[in-house]
Amino acid sequence: MTPGKTEGPITVTEDGGYLPGTHPDLPPPSSVHGPVHWIKVNLFGSVTETALTLVAAYFLYSAITFLVGWMFVDAAFTGESRKDCRAVATGACWAFIGNRFSLFIYGFYPEPERWRVDLSFVLLILAMVPVLFDRMPQRSKALIYTCLYPFIAAWLLVGGFGLEQVSTDQFGGLMLNVVIGVTGIAFSLPIGIVLALGRQSQLPIVRILCVSFIEIIRGVPLITLLFVAAVMLSYFVPPGTNFDLLVRMLIMVTLFASGYMAEVIRGGLQAIPNGQYEAADAMGLKYWQSMRLIVLPQALKISIPGIVNTFIALYKDTTLVIVIGRLDILGIGNSSLADTKWQGLSTEVYVFVAFFFFVSCFAMSRYSLWLEKKLHTGH
Amino acid sequence: MADTESPTQTKAPSEPSNGEDDIIRIIAMHKWFGEFHVLKNINLSVKTRERIVICGPSGSGKSTLIRCINRLEEHQKGQIIVDGIELTNDLKNIDLIRREVGIVFQHFNLFPHLTVLENLTLGPIWVRKTPKKEAEELAMKYLERVKIPEQAAKFPGQLSGGQQQRVAIARSLCMNPKVMLFDEPTSALDPEMIKEVLDVMVALAESGMTMLVVTHEMGFAKTVADSVIFMDEGEIIEENEPHEFFNNPRHDRTKMFLSQILHH
Ligand SMILES: Nc1ncnc2c1ncn2[C@@H]1O[C@H](COP(=O)(O)OP(=O)(O)OP(=O)(O)O)[C@@H](O)[C@H]1O
Ligand SMILES: [Mg+2]
Repeated sequence: MTPGKTEGPITVTEDGGYLPGTHPDLPPPSSVHGPVHWIKVNLFGSVTETALTLVAAYFLYSAITFLVGWMFVDAAFTGESRKDCRAVATGACWAFIGNRFSLFIYGFYPEPERWRVDLSFVLLILAMVPVLFDRMPQRSKALIYTCLYPFIAAWLLVGGFGLEQVSTDQFGGLMLNVVIGVTGIAFSLPIGIVLALGRQSQLPIVRILCVSFIEIIRGVPLITLLFVAAVMLSYFVPPGTNFDLLVRMLIMVTLFASGYMAEVIRGGLQAIPNGQYEAADAMGLKYWQSMRLIVLPQALKISIPGIVNTFIALYKDTTLVIVIGRLDILGIGNSSLADTKWQGLSTEVYVFVAFFFFVSCFAMSRYSLWLEKKLHTGH
Repeated sequence: MADTESPTQTKAPSEPSNGEDDIIRIIAMHKWFGEFHVLKNINLSVKTRERIVICGPSGSGKSTLIRCINRLEEHQKGQIIVDGIELTNDLKNIDLIRREVGIVFQHFNLFPHLTVLENLTLGPIWVRKTPKKEAEELAMKYLERVKIPEQAAKFPGQLSGGQQQRVAIARSLCMNPKVMLFDEPTSALDPEMIKEVLDVMVALAESGMTMLVVTHEMGFAKTVADSVIFMDEGEIIEENEPHEFFNNPRHDRTKMFLSQILHH
C-alpha cells in the first residue's frame, strides 16, 4: 500500500473476503501441523537428512534387537553355575545375579538380622514422603518423624539397646550405598546452606573459615579424603577409642558433598535481587527469618538442578568406598566374579549394577523436574 | 506524565515546627558512599499527618535520603530521629523504627515465591506476632483498600505492574506503620497504570497517613503535598508549599528543573 491511498475501507482481504473485524478463528492449514508434517520436516527434510535418518534407524534397530535378545529372549534365569546357563541359552546369565541377590543387597549382614535392614528401608521411604510432598496432610508432625529417622535407622542397623549388635564391617552391598548416599544427601544440604550463607557473612572470620573449608574440600579428590578418613583420622582421636571406620567415611562423604552444595547454593543466593533483602529488612524481619522465609526458598528453588546434580554425583561416588576395603554393590559384584563356578560373567554384573544406579539417579532427576515445575510461580 | 487532576486545594503554609510533634527529625545529616559525599547537611522534619514530596534530578540523593530513614543505608554524621527514637547502630532501635516505617520501592520488591496474601501476612505474623487468621483478615482489609481483593491467591508474577505496586503498598500498610516512604513508586510503570497507583496514594493521604514521597508526578505533588522539597547534588535546595514551589520557585536550579520536567 502506498501512503495516501489507505482511506477507503478494504472490503476484501487476500484470503477470502472477510470484512475488517469479522475474521473468524480458523484452524491452521494441515500442512503445518500434525505428525506427518513433523516427520516430513524433521526426518526427511533433504537428501542428507533422509540418508542420516535411514542410517540411524538401521543402527537403532540392530542395537535394540541385540540388547533385547541378549537381556531377555536368549537369557537364562535359572541355574547353579555358568555351565547351566550356557547349556540352555546364549544370552545373559541372570541366574548368577539371582543366585547372589541377597549378597548384592545386604552384603555380609548376618542373615537372621536382615529384617532390620528391610524395616529401615521401609521406614526410610516413609520418612521421605513428607520431604518430597509438601501438600500432605499433617506434614509438620510427619517431619518430626523424618528428623528422628536417622537415629531410628542407626539403632536398627547397628543394634544395641535390646537388638543384637552388628559390626559396621558387615555392612555391604546396596545397603551400604544407600546408607552412605542417604546420610550424605540428608546432611550435605543443611551444611551446604550454612557454608553458603557463611561465605556471604559480614563477619570476616566466619567468611574466611567458610571459604577455606569449601576450597580445601573442592581441591582434594574424594578418594584422597576417604584415605585420610581411613588412615589419618585415627591420629586425632585419643588412642584406645574406636572411631568407627564407616562413621569416618560418612563424615568425609558428607563434608565433600557439602563443599559442592555450598557453591551450588551460593549461585542461587547471588541470583536473588537486592530488593528482596531490602524488602525483608524494611519489614523488620530478623536475619534468620529473612533467610528462611524470603531468600532461601527462592535461592534453593533456583539451585534445584545443581543440588540434584550434586546428590546424583554423591550417590554414584558411594562406590568409592571400595578403595578402603568396603564392598558396596559394585564391590560385591567384582568379588563375586572371582567365583570359579561363575567366571566370565562380568557383563551381567556390571549391567545389573549400572541398572541399579541408573534407576535411582533417574528417579532423582525426574523428581527434581517435577519439583521445579511445581514451584514455578510465573514470572 | 499522568496528572491526577482534582481541584487544587490551597494549603496553609506549614507552621514552624517546635520539634516536639515531629515524627521524623533529621538534623545536620551527612552520608558518604566511600569518598563520595552523597548527602550534605540534610535538615528536615516531618510532622504527623504531613505529606512531603521530594523531587530533584537523577543522582541527587533522593532515594538515599529516604533509605537512610529506615536504615537501608547508614548515615555517617548528624542525627535521624524517628518517633522519638534515634537511629544508631543499636539493632534494637533499628528494629523498632522499621516497625513504624513502611517503604514502597520503585520495583515493588514483592516476594515472588509467596502468594499476594502471604506477602501481606508475612510481616504481621513474623514481626508483630499476629495470629494467622487475624493477619489474613487484616490483609484482606488492605487488599480491599487498594481495590484488588480478588487477586489474593495469585502470585505476584501473575499481576500487572500497577497491581503489584498496589499489593506492595498494602503490604506496607499491613504493618500498621506511622510513616510511609515512597521511592518513585510509579516510575517503573506503564503510563496507563500510573493513575491506579496514584489514586491509592491520594486516598492514603486523605486518610491521614504521614507520607514522604519521592516522585516526579507533579500532579500528585500539587494535589496532596503539604510541602515540596527540591534536592540537587546531595543538598536540599528549596522547600516550599506546593503552590509557591511551582509558581514561584526561588532558586535558579529549581526553575531549571521545573522547566525541564514540565515541558519535556
Ligand atoms: N550503594 C551505592 N554505592 C555507591 N554509590 C551509590 C550507591 N547508591 C547510590 N549511589 C550514588 O549516589 C548518588 C545518589 O543516588 P540516589 O539513588 O540516591 O539518587 P536519586 O536521587 O534517587 O536518583 P534517581 O532519580 O536516579 O533515582 C548517585 O550518584 C549514585 O550513583
Ligand atoms: Mg532513586
